[in-house]
Amino acid sequence: MADRKKKFLQGNEACVEGALYAGCMFFAGYPITPSTEVAEGLSVRLPKIGGKFIQMEDEIAGIAAALGGSLAGLKSMTATSGPGFSLKQECLGYACLAEIPLVIVNVMRGGPSTGYPTGPSQSDIMQAKWGTHGDHPAISVTPSYVQEILSETVRAFNLAERFRTPVVVLYDEILGHMREPITIPAPGDLEVIDRMRPECKSEDYLPYDEKYEVAPLAPFGAGYRFHVTGLNHKQDGFPTNDSKQIGANNLRIMSKIENHKEEIWKNDELLLDDAEVAVFTIGSTARSARFAVLEARKAGIKAGLLRPLTIWPFPEKAVRELAKRVKAIIVPELNLGQMILEVERVSGAACEVVGINRVDGEPITPMQILDVIKKYK
Amino acid sequence: MSVPAEKKEKVSVPFDYNKYLRPNKLPHIWCPGCGHGIVLKAMLRAIDKTGFDKNDICVISGIGCSSRTPGYVDFNTLHTLHGRALSFATGVKFANPKLKVIVVTGDGDALAIGGNHFIHTCRRNIDLTVLVFTNATYGMTGGQYSPTTPMGSQATTSRYGSIEPPFDACEMAKASGASFVARGTAYHTLELEKTIHEAIMHKGTSVVDIIDACPTYYGRANKFKSATHMMEVIEKENTVNVKQADKLPPEKLEGKFLRGVLHKIEKPEYCEQYESIVMEKAKAK
Repeated sequence: MADRKKKFLQGNEACVEGALYAGCMFFAGYPITPSTEVAEGLSVRLPKIGGKFIQMEDEIAGIAAALGGSLAGLKSMTATSGPGFSLKQECLGYACLAEIPLVIVNVMRGGPSTGYPTGPSQSDIMQAKWGTHGDHPAISVTPSYVQEILSETVRAFNLAERFRTPVVVLYDEILGHMREPITIPAPGDLEVIDRMRPECKSEDYLPYDEKYEVAPLAPFGAGYRFHVTGLNHKQDGFPTNDSKQIGANNLRIMSKIENHKEEIWKNDELLLDDAEVAVFTIGSTARSARFAVLEARKAGIKAGLLRPLTIWPFPEKAVRELAKRVKAIIVPELNLGQMILEVERVSGAACEVVGINRVDGEPITPMQILDVIKKYK
Repeated sequence: MSVPAEKKEKVSVPFDYNKYLRPNKLPHIWCPGCGHGIVLKAMLRAIDKTGFDKNDICVISGIGCSSRTPGYVDFNTLHTLHGRALSFATGVKFANPKLKVIVVTGDGDALAIGGNHFIHTCRRNIDLTVLVFTNATYGMTGGQYSPTTPMGSQATTSRYGSIEPPFDACEMAKASGASFVARGTAYHTLELEKTIHEAIMHKGTSVVDIIDACPTYYGRANKFKSATHMMEVIEKENTVNVKQADKLPPEKLEGKFLRGVLHKIEKPEYCEQYESIVMEKAKAK
């Protein structure tokens, strides 16, 4: 039987385990509360296995160096929190357009600005989608448990490598610092995906070959001398002013995600089959919601929970179907209403949509959610 | 009259630039009279002299006129974001230390928006060669003043004369910890080629500040007669080779930039330190 170690870890430490399980060999970042334990952990672990850890001079340099590491062929990651995530946005857009696999961990804290560094929030949900300028694809995963931070970090690497795109692991400060017993998976327990490498002759290599939806990516130094730019480019990687090519490429980087939403979406459902009122939420708030739903059931209320582990692309299908069969969807979130906009957009007028919001640095409690559920008895 | 041996060596021999260029990506975007093409030529000849395989060379840039260089040269090439070339380059080099990484950047790119990265790259002494194309101008955006624009100069954002004291890239690189610091100009082409070669061969962060001129914006705004006139005034008359400087009285050196290798020391290199200290200690623990 495979050896599976049990450990008592905080979320940020589980993130380190997930990154290493996925084959991360390069980390560059900058210290920021409440994500710093991710960097600290990798600074100890990576050099043991021949991996590279570097603390850069600022948040921008952290993500830029990680992108350089990825182009040199190593699975790469950076970690940050709200203000740092804001600083990383330009490079995030670069990764989208230049199609460079990268995992960005954002442990959400209170904002705006320096805000509340040691308190939780879920106020970067929209930043993870719209933070960088220009239209671009976005993938964000949203774990709720320490064990899930490990497995979702692995999934984030898989999605980044599979689709040649940056993937954001989004969880709040509560999860980052919460300790829970977890099992470290044995090799083979979880799927690990590596980016496609070219097999063609170097002179035939096109880094953005249009015959692929996601073209193979050669590491720098492997004999394929290609060009990478943040300018709109042709399939050979060189800049272009041809509107036809600019349009086609911008649509392709969107559609490579859009066409595969089904395999990127991941939802956890609790008691939704006969539910008359549903809660839709992520992260630590989903833990409160789970408690509230179970309590409501005890009181005879047909409540259920839809918990997306992929918030971007938004789980439209699941929400649309849910809206047709419940009286209301309750959306608790540690912000002033971000996810709710998407739930409203997708559900149309099919059901009532109610928000529960909190921005005082405290979690939304089960009782807060239960009180709203009870209105739909 | 016989030519002295030293001069003979300097005579230009036929050189196949196409070996290192991507001819189908030419013509380049640079204006007539711009010094960037001359610097590129010196860079390619210096690279040739190193004998390195093209597959092992990575040329990385930020944003600006000079930063278009990677697109024209047949290596592993990366055109990044404004100011961030050194951060991307640090990642590439650290991930694969076998690569010879050359960063091509402008004075605005390296010293203004990328100033923090410049300082810390030098501090780490990571093995990168940094070529700063210093033309005292933001050319790509139409001729605004830059961190190296001399005081009193005209630019599209200093119509009343620049009041900001300029940076000296070499002083900054040296103070920040770079183990090789040099200056060249587009005018002194052969000397520049030699300097760039020495910079690439040096282990550690090597910075070459390369003074070249922007006749289109800086030249016209500051009433230079022509591109060659600019080269003569800014690059030839305003600079002195460091080897000759000792022989000149201080008044002859006032306001002039020194050319040649200004600072060269042996110092632990970042990637080697990581391997020999961090990795070794981590494995032993």
